[in-house]
Amino acid sequence: MTEKDLAQRTSLRFNDLWSYDSAPESSDYVQLKERYDLFIDGAFQPPENGKYFKSINPATEEVLSEVADAGKADVDKAVKAARKAYNGTWSRIPAKERGKYIYRISRMIQERAREFAILESMDSGKPIRESRDIDIPQVVAHFFYYAGWADKLDYAFPGVKPKAVGVAGQIIPWNFPLLMAAWKIAPALAAGNTVVIKSAESTPLSLYKLAELLRDAELPPGVVNIISGAGNTGAEIVQHPDIDKIAFTGSTEVGKLIQKSVAGTDKKYTLELGGKAANIVFEDAPVDQAVEGIVNGIFFNQGHVCCAGSRLLVHEAISEELVRKLKMRMETLIVGDPLDKNTDIGAINSRPQLEKIQRYLAESVEEGQDIYQTKCTLPEKGYWCCPTLVDNVSQSHRVVQEEVFGPVLTIQTFRTPAEAISLANNTPYGLSGGIWTDKGSKIFKVGKDIRAGVIWSNTFNKFDPTSPFGGYKESGVGREGGLHGLLPYLELSK
Amino acid sequence: MTNRLNVLKTCKLYIGGKFSRTESEHYFQVFDKKKKPLANLSRATRKDMRNAVKAARGAQSGWAGRSAYNRGQILYRMAEMLEGRRDQFVAELERVAVSQKKAEDETDAAIDRLVHYAGWTDKYPALFSTVNPVASPHFNFSIPEPTGVTGIAAPDDQPLIGLVSLVAPVIAGGNSCVILASELYGSIACTLAEIIHSSDVPGGVVNILTGFRGEIIPHMAKHMDINAILSGADDLSAKKIIQENAHLNVKRVHFYEKTDWMKEASSSPYHILDFQEIKTTWHPVGI
Repeated sequence: MTEKDLAQRTSLRFNDLWSYDSAPESSDYVQLKERYDLFIDGAFQPPENGKYFKSINPATEEVLSEVADAGKADVDKAVKAARKAYNGTWSRIPAKERGKYIYRISRMIQERAREFAILESMDSGKPIRESRDIDIPQVVAHFFYYAGWADKLDYAFPGVKPKAVGVAGQIIPWNFPLLMAAWKIAPALAAGNTVVIKSAESTPLSLYKLAELLRDAELPPGVVNIISGAGNTGAEIVQHPDIDKIAFTGSTEVGKLIQKSVAGTDKKYTLELGGKAANIVFEDAPVDQAVEGIVNGIFFNQGHVCCAGSRLLVHEAISEELVRKLKMRMETLIVGDPLDKNTDIGAINSRPQLEKIQRYLAESVEEGQDIYQTKCTLPEKGYWCCPTLVDNVSQSHRVVQEEVFGPVLTIQTFRTPAEAISLANNTPYGLSGGIWTDKGSKIFKVGKDIRAGVIWSNTFNKFDPTSPFGGYKESGVGREGGLHGLLPYLELSK
Repeated sequence: MTNRLNVLKTCKLYIGGKFSRTESEHYFQVFDKKKKPLANLSRATRKDMRNAVKAARGAQSGWAGRSAYNRGQILYRMAEMLEGRRDQFVAELERVAVSQKKAEDETDAAIDRLVHYAGWTDKYPALFSTVNPVASPHFNFSIPEPTGVTGIAAPDDQPLIGLVSLVAPVIAGGNSCVILASELYGSIACTLAEIIHSSDVPGGVVNILTGFRGEIIPHMAKHMDINAILSGADDLSAKKIIQENAHLNVKRVHFYEKTDWMKEASSSPYHILDFQEIKTTWHPVGI
């Protein structure tokens, strides 16, 4: 039998036998204001400079709303409010009351979960299936988990006394807007800090909904201040002299700038930066499960995931079979309207991000790499990228070394575990890694040798508030989640 | 007075388990309390530092791979060796820095500090690990692993206990290190190298350079294969240089400033944690 015959006999037909009816989630349910001001000291306030910028829906390119562009004076105002709240209320109220505020926030988000999910999908382009089933439930769980820590900090770190750091300046990315806000705000509040947080430029809206909710929850004014803006606003936060701690999630490039710019100060910092995770599939792996894991690893959230399994390392003996099955599975992925409940892959978050992905792919073509894209049909408007494989690459290619942050998976093969480990570790990053094998001892050996903060064995892209997350090497400093996630927000003294 | 002429020791660098002269053949003089010349120390260069980092990198995974029990035994062995040469350290400390009483106290404290950290090697992982009750059907746990190669700038005060207090938690946690000794008291670090050398510490785990901070620290802070920097030097200009350059490869940076290392409270498993990375591992649970 020729390879073509084999491929035909073993492949499944999708898309051309029937098509799915659309199953859109209604967006009427979400009430958006035409304009959002900065949430400072418990009230919405216009920016001093009077500037606003638009937030668009990347699936339709329609303007959803416009939001304030915070400048230096606004950041200063927010920090002052946070300091006043820290000194005046938040550091004075009993820890258990602090915890109850955080519990209340968690419950109120849960009550409004669907509204938040729809808005998140509209503003970021992620499929409703993910915002509804992963992002927002994780937000709720994160606040609920850290709420309980507030009055138990004395038990967290033996032999030392924990004390809040003070005012935390937090800067979050656009890939999981509300979830990243929860990862930052919940531990900060539980540990007794007050917060100035800036949303990402392209996804400010869910944080302003959160601001409304915090006001409804009667959180004391100034405990959480929410502002919006671009990189300049972030720089003002980083450089503000009255901020005690910086928490940043974003690119390694910006993370390095932050580390440099706090030099000479006593600011604490945690950085959760980029990644280029290897997903290693050994010859004894359960192939069908591995295929699911690979798909989830790279196509989850359009590949806009710092810990995405963007490099497939597959044992030579099974690479043909695995890649064939992977391509078949990829053909079933539905790319399109983020609000459609059938959608697997939504819109690329912004035009600049789409252009960045396309630049990488154009370079791959120039360099003679093999690109495979599924035959998906794309909507006319909006920013889209079909699931993509890049084969015939070597370790030094940019698409293998650098974070593409899109639905693009490179494929490399290996012969020995030592070679797989060496390839996996051969980038400046160290955020996550995947291992697929039926042999337990191999998981522990390979898992130990991969220099990364999260190891998913026979699974990928799983998150939980109880589980610490963060990078080795240039993927960052510090952990978020779990017991270890409290450390950055506490001073420990004997 | 006898007619015998005493034999002076040539102080060398300690790199990769070998005592070697600096590749530059440059030296600098250090003095005793009475400002009399005490020794000619090697003035290490950037190239020496890079050689030391290479040795440290080569030794690190093997050291981290030793059992915690074995690392504990080796740190304890360092204490044994130091105890055996207690009089030498007391005499050297007294000659360069302090009174005899203080020299005795400091040497005793250094021995005890090594014993203290020897006992942590197989205990801190229990303290800093967690099993995380995730909501999905997965088994999930987090454990500390060493950060890697650490650059250490030794303090000037308390030259023996200060240096030991910095090195012990770093190597107890499975890291290797490159130390720049105090400019004033480098001779103490040179003698400490002999203790390390005879204590079954694998070559390359601890590397000791003598030289000038201004010449070595900026390059240490920039070196792309150093993962972390620990400075015990109360030196503001060095601090800024370290902080500014650490970003090149996102080094972990810690400053233990103005610390009285003679106090028991200055030892802590949290110093070990400063040079650990937390790794979380997930696996599905099911049949």
